[in-house]
Amino acid sequence: MAELLFWPALLLYGEAAVGYFGDLRRPGRAGRAATWGVRLGWLAQTALLVAQATRDDGFPWGTWASSLSLFVWLVVSAYLIWGCRRPYRLLGLVVMPIAVALLVVARAGGGTGNGSTSRYSNLFLVVHVGLVLAAFAGFTLAAALSGLYVWQERRLRTRPATILRRQVPALATLDSLALRTVVWSVPLLTLGAAVGLVRLVADGDRLDALIAVTAVTWGVWCAYLGLRLLGGWSGRRAAYLALAGFALVVVVRLALPATHFA
Amino acid sequence: MRLVLVGTSHHHAPVELREQVALGREEAQALAARLAEGGREAVALSTCNRTEVYVAAEDAEQAEQDAVAVLASLEPDVEPALYRLQDRAAAYHLFRVAAGLDSLVPGEGEILGQVRLAHELGTTGPLLDRVFRQALHAGRKVRAQTAIGKSPASVSSAAAALAEQVFGSLEGRSILLLGAGKVSEQAARNLRSRGAEIALVANSRTERERIDEQLDKVDVVIASTNAPGLVLEAATVVDALRRRRGRNLVLVDLAVPRDLDPAIGELDGCYLYDIDDLEQIVVETLSGRRREAERAESIVAAEAEKFHEWHASLDVVPAIASLRARAEEIREAELAKAESLLGKLDDSQRRAVEAVTAQIVNKLLHLPTVRMKQAAAAADGVLYAEAVRHLFGLGEEER
Repeated sequence: MAELLFWPALLLYGEAAVGYFGDLRRPGRAGRAATWGVRLGWLAQTALLVAQATRDDGFPWGTWASSLSLFVWLVVSAYLIWGCRRPYRLLGLVVMPIAVALLVVARAGGGTGNGSTSRYSNLFLVVHVGLVLAAFAGFTLAAALSGLYVWQERRLRTRPATILRRQVPALATLDSLALRTVVWSVPLLTLGAAVGLVRLVADGDRLDALIAVTAVTWGVWCAYLGLRLLGGWSGRRAAYLALAGFALVVVVRLALPATHFA
Repeated sequence: MRLVLVGTSHHHAPVELREQVALGREEAQALAARLAEGGREAVALSTCNRTEVYVAAEDAEQAEQDAVAVLASLEPDVEPALYRLQDRAAAYHLFRVAAGLDSLVPGEGEILGQVRLAHELGTTGPLLDRVFRQALHAGRKVRAQTAIGKSPASVSSAAAALAEQVFGSLEGRSILLLGAGKVSEQAARNLRSRGAEIALVANSRTERERIDEQLDKVDVVIASTNAPGLVLEAATVVDALRRRRGRNLVLVDLAVPRDLDPAIGELDGCYLYDIDDLEQIVVETLSGRRREAERAESIVAAEAEKFHEWHASLDVVPAIASLRARAEEIREAELAKAESLLGKLDDSQRRAVEAVTAQIVNKLLHLPTVRMKQAAAAADGVLYAEAVRHLFGLGEEER
């Protein structure tokens, strides 16, 4: 019964995605409707996740499809921190279609928990899966901010007459927010991955493709931090690096459907 | 009480005429006080685009003549350029003025403060106080609910808005001025009003090293010299960029012929805008303001209608008050007649009888009251009020 909450969440996220496109054409009412779509959709999905956790009495997002659903919730949660403010509405244009597509993929991939139990403890799953997914959600948001940076920077260079028609955050703001998001996300990924590695060694399991690509992803985001904080990188170069890092997140989340918990 | 407006604006009079009837603070206050003599209310609104006098008086024709005479005493030639509006039209005009819809640049922000000041300096009473308060409310609402005042309306404010698109807040940002033309001064003033600081004003006598040194540090360069050729070459900026460690630089070229090498716009971290770019942006934002003005007009019309309903209801308020007083008088008289019976009731029973009779009176009078107010808004209020007075025999002393 609780699974029915999936549909309002999907519909509201979908409404938000469409609303943000409408806001791009004519700023105003469509943007406000989209913002409410995100808020209400997030509430519906939160209720869905709570119901799933209660039903399974633990952490039911260990499978690829279900972890994707949790990932969407984390991305939307991170987006909600800024996304409802008017200048950041454009972020919704990137984030919400991704959220809708991933929710549909998660559903098609088998949905959440079918009562199967994992051989891992709830605590391990919460720390490992939870932290890694939270970090990936942060990287997704940082990539969306960087994408918006690249788009706005291009507009400022090409100098269209309509450049001031739309409220967009300043380049400096987008740049600094992307950095702050990554500063929070890299430690989360480090901790989540470290917990997984300890378990891997303890159980004598072998490395798999998911671990390898996740390690590369971690390396890229660490490089991003290093180059920005120590190498003086900022602006467009940093934004492109963030987008490259996000491409690896996409590979980890979508191109490698197998998980260690399947 | 009638509302009368007499005035002239940029639509009707050239600046040579407008400046003759422009009023300073004290003059506006004195003029309003003079027109308000004899129990009237008056407000004088004077800006660089308009001088208007609002009078609330029982005799609208006399008030209008007096207002015309006062303005003509400042400059006789202004009389043919004066517009005269009354009641609903006068209020609607004020609402449009406060919303910036009658301004030279639609949605300009200063007018709201000027209307507020005129209200404060005027000799107001119930009518002018109400109409000015409601006009200010309409002006604020238009600014809050539309984007009419958000986009820049001049080249200098467009330059400042573009710098904000790059840096966010301009607080503490520094400006290098190359040349000190009028437009570049305006642009610099606009940036300073947003918190930026001028690091150097360079002219033809300024040493080249000082300019190069500032290029390493400043965030915005505004160029407006009379030099026949380029003042700043791309190669110079490339050198500066190496030392700037990736910090963005906004360059605004207001000169014709241009002072800044167009190739600078291709450099990483440099955002170059020339006078054509800025003018195109201003044209676009002004057309955006005009689009927003359509939405603003509907807000203003709704607010003006509310005022009109209130103003019109004033015609029937005395009749309604008389009717209610008469009904209350009858109720109390009938209760007094029944005192011999009511005396036997205890306090709670007596209160219940009081409440029931009051409720009957209220219910009976509710619909006539509403209908009279509606009729007042539809301009039949006076007829209805007369009919009520006649039907209920309301005495002359109650009028």
